[in-house]
Amino acid sequence: MEFSRRDTLAMGLGAAALTVLPMRVFASATEDAIAAFTGGADMADEGVTLTAPEIAENGNTVPIEVSAPGASAIMVLAAGNPTPPVATFNFGPLAASQSASTRIRLAGTQDVVAIAKLADGSFARATSTVKVTIGGCGG
Amino acid sequence: MCVLGKKDSFMISRRDFLQVSMAASAMYGASGFGNWARLAAQQALTQDQLLEFDTFGNVSLIHVTDIHAQLKPIYFREPEINIGVGANKGQVPHVTGADFRKLYGIADGSPSAYALTYNDFAALAQGYGRVGGLDRVATVINAIRAARPDALLLDGGDTWHGSMTCYKTAGQDMVNVMNALKPDAMTFHWEFTLGSERVQEIVEGLPFAALGQNIFDAEWDEPAELFKPYKFFERGGVKIAVIGQAFPYMPIANPGWMFPEYSFGIRDENMQAMVDEVRAAGAELVVCLSHNGFDVDKKMASQVSGIDVILSGHTHDALPEPVLVGTTHIIASGSNGKFVSRVDLDVRDGRMMGLRHKLIPIFSDVIAPDAEIAALIDQQRAPYADELAEVIGQTDSLLYRRGNFNGSWDDLICDALMSEREADIAMSPGVRWGTSILPGQDITREDIFNVTSMTYPNAYRSEMTGEFIKVILEDVGDNIFNPDPYYQQGGDMVRVGGLGYRIDITKPQGERISDMTLLKTGEAIDPAKSYVVSGWASVNEGTEGPAIWDVVENHIRKQGTVTVAPNTSVQVIGA
Repeated sequence: MEFSRRDTLAMGLGAAALTVLPMRVFASATEDAIAAFTGGADMADEGVTLTAPEIAENGNTVPIEVSAPGASAIMVLAAGNPTPPVATFNFGPLAASQSASTRIRLAGTQDVVAIAKLADGSFARATSTVKVTIGGCGG
Repeated sequence: MCVLGKKDSFMISRRDFLQVSMAASAMYGASGFGNWARLAAQQALTQDQLLEFDTFGNVSLIHVTDIHAQLKPIYFREPEINIGVGANKGQVPHVTGADFRKLYGIADGSPSAYALTYNDFAALAQGYGRVGGLDRVATVINAIRAARPDALLLDGGDTWHGSMTCYKTAGQDMVNVMNALKPDAMTFHWEFTLGSERVQEIVEGLPFAALGQNIFDAEWDEPAELFKPYKFFERGGVKIAVIGQAFPYMPIANPGWMFPEYSFGIRDENMQAMVDEVRAAGAELVVCLSHNGFDVDKKMASQVSGIDVILSGHTHDALPEPVLVGTTHIIASGSNGKFVSRVDLDVRDGRMMGLRHKLIPIFSDVIAPDAEIAALIDQQRAPYADELAEVIGQTDSLLYRRGNFNGSWDDLICDALMSEREADIAMSPGVRWGTSILPGQDITREDIFNVTSMTYPNAYRSEMTGEFIKVILEDVGDNIFNPDPYYQQGGDMVRVGGLGYRIDITKPQGERISDMTLLKTGEAIDPAKSYVVSGWASVNEGTEGPAIWDVVENHIRKQGTVTVAPNTSVQVIGA
């Protein structure tokens, strides 16, 4: 055994995260959280920007940024995590800009979702797929 | 290997074989064999022909990339299998062999056929000789500078990695020789595997710009101080901005623990911000020096507006013509010092009006070496001359690496791992560097390093369940065949020994791999059972085991002369 025991365990955990997690189960939790935030209103595709890496360098700490000019609140969800809601950023009327950045933990490859409540009371949605990989071999 | 549903890929078809015979007889002529044929082939080519170029416009760019520390001329066989997915299916650079020659009007057996396609490689290599060598590259650069003294020389990275001397000097041999070529800017990938401390030490002393708009400080997620996003140049009365784009997936594809201070990513929103910034500052020409890989560059060109030229590296593609996406021209300049791209541009009234391009193959027997650089190269190699030259064995087979699923070098490396480390299954990384050896040639220690050299070479021996082996194959498979290029890392499939499998590249991750078979027994891989696996180039810190080059050297020594049988253990569907 040339792999250290710790490495082998870490790789084993990565594998479990990639294969075993029943991502679909969390989909309804995500939709429920969104419905609670929007009251079931329709969501536009424009109005909120979500910036996230395409492939996470470290699934335990993935930097993301959301911004929605004029928004009063932006909710962020990790649709494939056991507990999808990540954070809701609320912006008061005196906020200089309606943007926020944070780091989130992702259990595996999944969609990160941002829902913004815009100034006129309507909602906008942005989705970005973040891949969590066990790593490979570069050219 | 067998690629189902792709006409041109399983062994050599009868038609190809006939063409090969004709090409060979034309080349060897009436004398049959020997030096006459070789001279005849070379006499058909001259340095003047290779350098011929009607200087155009007012700006010249010279692009070299992915040299992988190849100071001396080498053989390098281009891939037979290079499958595009999604919108890139059947698009360059995912066109190989006869299809490639047809697309660009290249005659079978011609110098371009030898330089750009895989067919009949061993015979054509006998005729046309080795390619590359930075002393020859220097001659080409000097000739371009004679025509355009203020031409920009831009290095796309993967320069300080890939040979024994580079490994032993921690990149210093390459730094010394490249500095003598006087580049204007560079971006990065494998350089970071020297470790962040060494990278910082070298970069701080570089007499040219070290660029990467996507090199960030990992802790603060802000641009890293050591690297600038872009640099302005004033050439031919034109204000030029060169924006760097380092390899986006460094900490994923390579060991992130070696450079924990840095974060990368594509960051195309920041690329757009940089383009807007340089345009606002008066840039009339915007050039992106990229290590994204070709398909990622194509997508980036469609997402980011305002880039005139992308000089593309990483995926080692060599294309005789630019690919146009919107108004962005993408140039692919090959690898291992085999090619230099010259791009002449006409920039007037604040915008690019025209472009002329030539992919110059570096035929080492045709292009005269630059004496000064040749001496400098020999000086770097002198302390290691005996070690480099030691003959370890011979080969009966053509040894090469490039191709999506396997190469004969990797088959040999996997055999070495299974035999020397007593493993059921071997894994070898799907990197795209690694030079070729012709049948009948000696294999020297230098040759072995050229396909194995790296700073994390330990050949581990571990137990893995069948389920976990499938996860690895699925994971790496998605890094190549995800239909969205932004989710691809630009390498090839992990090579396996002792294991057969079927891959349907059209399926999503988790469903591509099936029919995994342990070759030594012919039994299906049991997901619950553990297998002894040996591999190398693990990105995990603390991986233990002998260096892969020692494993391969021991194996070749025992064999004396190596023969690698065609690999038929991977079945590909959906190509």
